[in-house]
Amino acid sequence: MYVEMKHINKTFDGFQASKEVSFGVAKGHLAALLGPSGSGKTTILRMIAGLDKPDSGDIIIDGARVNDIPGSKRGIGFVFQNYALFRYMTVADNIAFGLQVQKKSKAEIKERVGELLQLISMEDLGKRYPHQLSGGQRQRVAFARALAPNPHLLLLDEPFAAIDAKVRRELRTWLRNMIEKVGITSIFVTHDQEEAMEVADTVIITNQGKIEQIGTPEDICLHPQTDFVADFIDAARYEAMMAVK
Amino acid sequence: MSENKQEIYQQDIVGDGVHSIQKVIEPPKYDSSNAVKYVLIGLSTLFLFVMLILPLIVVITNALRDGWAAYKDAVLDKYTIKALQLTLLATACAVAVNTIFGLFASFLLSKFYFRGRQVLAALIDIPFSISPVIAGLIFILTFGNIGWMGDFLKTYHIKIVFAVPGVILATVFVTFPFVFRELFPVLNAQGKDEEEAAALMGAGGFTIFRRITFPHIKWALLYGVILCTARAMGEFGAVSVISGHLRGKTNTLPLHVEILYNEFNTMAAFAVSSILVILAVLILIARSIVEWKAK
Repeated sequence: MYVEMKHINKTFDGFQASKEVSFGVAKGHLAALLGPSGSGKTTILRMIAGLDKPDSGDIIIDGARVNDIPGSKRGIGFVFQNYALFRYMTVADNIAFGLQVQKKSKAEIKERVGELLQLISMEDLGKRYPHQLSGGQRQRVAFARALAPNPHLLLLDEPFAAIDAKVRRELRTWLRNMIEKVGITSIFVTHDQEEAMEVADTVIITNQGKIEQIGTPEDICLHPQTDFVADFIDAARYEAMMAVK
Repeated sequence: MSENKQEIYQQDIVGDGVHSIQKVIEPPKYDSSNAVKYVLIGLSTLFLFVMLILPLIVVITNALRDGWAAYKDAVLDKYTIKALQLTLLATACAVAVNTIFGLFASFLLSKFYFRGRQVLAALIDIPFSISPVIAGLIFILTFGNIGWMGDFLKTYHIKIVFAVPGVILATVFVTFPFVFRELFPVLNAQGKDEEEAAALMGAGGFTIFRRITFPHIKWALLYGVILCTARAMGEFGAVSVISGHLRGKTNTLPLHVEILYNEFNTMAAFAVSSILVILAVLILIARSIVEWKAK
């Protein structure tokens, strides 16, 4: 397992956001944390990123316990829900930021930025500012920015929430392909079961701070282990989807 | 018209995405309300003339009543220059102190959550709700001879009340919330995602402030500084109580005007006032430039 969470507990002002959370994500896999809002999925992601600290339990990345290592040293890339692009920097500067902070040489930064702009097919838009981009373009920039320092783990918080329904499906496929192409272990948070089932290799279902079930999309749809999962997963829709495939 | 609307609409889609508030302002299509418009314009102009333009004309004409030479004498008078220097000193101190602490406070209250956050925010606003005269009294009761710290200050020969430090303190107090009030909403609206993103990429606190936070707040900061400057230069009440009106020592420009006026030296009073008017106009210009640039 590349990422492992062991018996994680976390409380915010008396509200228990995580209860004995344990799961693992294999290297190169794309995992989805799926659950209704308030089920604690974003908290889990933020703890992996080091943005929040668990009260107890171990977070293990690549075999090492990282609880006391700051997020910036964990080798992760993070895509925020609303992308959190630096609004006073151009697209190219946004992507370059992480590399500049690491004091990479100018030539190296320029090459890497060019490479990433090409990857997200926005070569001509490097000089634009975030507010001049569409939602989909912003997401792609956020993706490229997170990948720039060559992280080994990519975390995405509701990556499609800010995109209108029409383009969402298209972007989903795009992101799935990109992650496959880059070959990076990834975890994303979503409340949309269709999205999780369609994109992820592993689906982790959360409810009220606990993990309800972990498995492949097929597993979860065909063999829900708890009443909550059975309720939450619209099995009929999944079957229809499979039939179309 | 429809073309115009189309353009705004498109800009919004490309521009702001999720968080945009779509706002299309169209002028009314028919002209029957023109009469109302002109009546309102007329009334506003009249009001503006009586309340602002007329007093300004009075100041200028009275200042120049005895000719240019007399005006120059009054403005270049030894005590006027001293008063101007003290006003500028107090203003500079107030702006420096309130900019630094306004930055700290707004950053703290917008980016961190802790117990007593609301209380702190409310405390910062106190100078807005307290009468300046009372503010001056507070300092006399704290630092004066009969005050709480009177004995302590006397032992170490530190003079605050009826001295320059008192004038500066009063000015700082009165202009306390300006920078904070301008910065806080801007920082609060920004959220902390961008800072978190930068921190996750390994950026240190100073880099984050310089490259992420500062570009976002620079116009609000400048605007706050300008408002703070304007208020500091015009402060009368608090300074009047604490300064003791020592001519050439603790007199600021507004106090100096009062003294001249009370001595029936109206021409000089108006001449000195005109310095404040000129400073005010400069600030107004700076403010307009900042507002225009910030757009």
